[in-house]
Amino acid sequence: MTVALARRLTLTVSGFGLLAVAAILTSPLIGSTHISLRRAFDRAIPFADNVDAQIFFIARLPRTLAGALVGSLLASAGVVFQGLLRNPLATPFTLGVSAGAALGAMLAITFSWSFAWAGVSAAAAASFLGSLAAVGIVYALARARHRGLSTNVLLLAGVTMNAFFSALILFVQYFADFAQTYRILRWLMGDLDISSYQPLLSALPLLIVSFVSFAWLARPLNLLSLGDESAETRGLNVVRAQRTAFVSASLATGAAVSVGGPVGFIGIVVPHLVRLIVGPDHRLVLPASALFGAAFLVGCDVLARTVMSPVELPVGVITALIGGPFFLWLLVRKR
Amino acid sequence: MRTCPGGDGGNGVKNEGTKLTKTYEEKLLRTIRRCGMLRCGRMVWSSFLFVRLRSLRFFVLISVLSVTSFAGTAGSQTVPSRPSRIISLIPAVTEMLFAIGAGPQVVAVSSFDRYPPEVTKLQRVGALLDPDVERILSLRPDLVAVYASQSDLRTQLERAKIPVYVYSHAGLADVFVTLQQVGERVGHARAAADLARSIQSRLDAIRRRVAGRARPRTLVVFDREALTLRGIYASGGVGFIHDMVGAAGGDNVFADVQQQSVQATTELILARRPDAILELRGDPITADMKSKEIEVWRGLASLPAVRNSRVFFLDDQKTVVPGPRVAEGVDLIAHTLHPDAFK
Repeated sequence: MTVALARRLTLTVSGFGLLAVAAILTSPLIGSTHISLRRAFDRAIPFADNVDAQIFFIARLPRTLAGALVGSLLASAGVVFQGLLRNPLATPFTLGVSAGAALGAMLAITFSWSFAWAGVSAAAAASFLGSLAAVGIVYALARARHRGLSTNVLLLAGVTMNAFFSALILFVQYFADFAQTYRILRWLMGDLDISSYQPLLSALPLLIVSFVSFAWLARPLNLLSLGDESAETRGLNVVRAQRTAFVSASLATGAAVSVGGPVGFIGIVVPHLVRLIVGPDHRLVLPASALFGAAFLVGCDVLARTVMSPVELPVGVITALIGGPFFLWLLVRKR
Repeated sequence: MRTCPGGDGGNGVKNEGTKLTKTYEEKLLRTIRRCGMLRCGRMVWSSFLFVRLRSLRFFVLISVLSVTSFAGTAGSQTVPSRPSRIISLIPAVTEMLFAIGAGPQVVAVSSFDRYPPEVTKLQRVGALLDPDVERILSLRPDLVAVYASQSDLRTQLERAKIPVYVYSHAGLADVFVTLQQVGERVGHARAAADLARSIQSRLDAIRRRVAGRARPRTLVVFDREALTLRGIYASGGVGFIHDMVGAAGGDNVFADVQQQSVQATTELILARRPDAILELRGDPITADMKSKEIEVWRGLASLPAVRNSRVFFLDDQKTVVPGPRVAEGVDLIAHTLHPDAFK
């Protein structure tokens, strides 16, 4: 690593890091109800009688942390998928992850699978398994007739799996009653109100595995952007890099979806905004996206919690309203 | 955009860093990228769809769970004085028809009807979102009770010159309006009036029983994800469920929200500090599941309702169908909230 890069990296990480920390610290102070911070941290008042502390520690803090976790996972998974597929319009959901997750959640809700394990509900667990099933199929297809991972087949298989799973969702929905249909729609909007720390702890191992892999992936992704052959001549084990990128980004997306539902557009809005600021080098884009993704989703969630006060919106509605127009701008923007 | 036509129109998204060559592989790649572009369009579109579905959702659940009727207006058709082939797509109206002695005139009901037991033998013709128009027409009804929002169905029935009774939702007092209108439309006005009086007197008796007692601030939950405190929907300050809890001697914690349903986040629930939590469901569940669902509230152990073990789970259709059994539903809620008043 050159000195210049090290300096830029320090600058980038500290800049976006400050932003993320600021968002995470500010977010629990804002909400649909007014709370006094002094009261919330007053040890003299028993917790059971201290509504301010309850709101701070049971409602807002887990929700903020969930936003940070989901936001950074989806944003960095977006960067990895865009690099792996060499397609600036790829998202964490391009390869069928969200449709697979939605099908899993749908099955759990429709057929009333009721179990809860270590704070993970049936819908969350089923959505994670569904996303793994979807990417597993896509992966197997992409490996079938190709030495490495054929990005073409990946994309085509992903698009097809999305369509196929959407069709299956409609089929399953036919067996659901109104309340269930309504629950699945609500799940699809994405929601960070997790009301305990347990789902975060359950997602933590996946988060660690994903981020360790992402750290290793920065240089390989830079090389992959030159094309497979050029990357190979520069000494990169292309197949291994592709496999690591695919598996880690899929795990990250699955973990994020099981915590917050398929919160849309984070995986495309954040990486592109970050690239506008720090340029295309993945060694900067990846950490910056992880940090900015956390800040962005936490910020969106603050909006979601306050714009319709006293009632609160699911965060996916806000990201869709911001992300939709952004996406269109990205489409028509002149290069 | 299921299929992506082969070939390259030249407007594919630009490749980052690689030079395009004329191989088949590259051609395919460009095609796929175009598909990627189209896919984005679809994603944007589908996000708007979600927003639309969100409003639909409110309407769906509310129509099923809460609320009752108002204003039945006849179309331009001539209405026979005593229709003999009635179809009801609304469980509350079905219950009313049977309760006032018009049961023998009913030929079909919605797929959600479960009460009275006689309906199990009747034909099913779909429900709010999926009325089976063909079957409805083939049964040659002379009166169809439909939801106000089923505008397509209404148009079709009007074209077929079939009289309709249009039902839409409101509060507890409107149960009596609907009852009276339904009674008049099917030729059982007197029975309907008698039934209305008896429901009213039962409600008055319950109100007297609970009068003067401390009214628990009650969170009324009518839907959430199973076995977790996520996606909680509670009754707002409008609608018959809100009215029923009021009549049963409880104060809805969301009485100030002028909506029929509120997405109750953890923060809102903690801030409102309910003294009692009342979960209402139309579908029966096992006693084991019921105790598990109540146990889930331990996650918010600091709530007064949880600390004092005042979390209740009622899985009885009476509490969620605004029909002739509303007084029984109110009675059940009153017994739950004020057990001492009935000793």
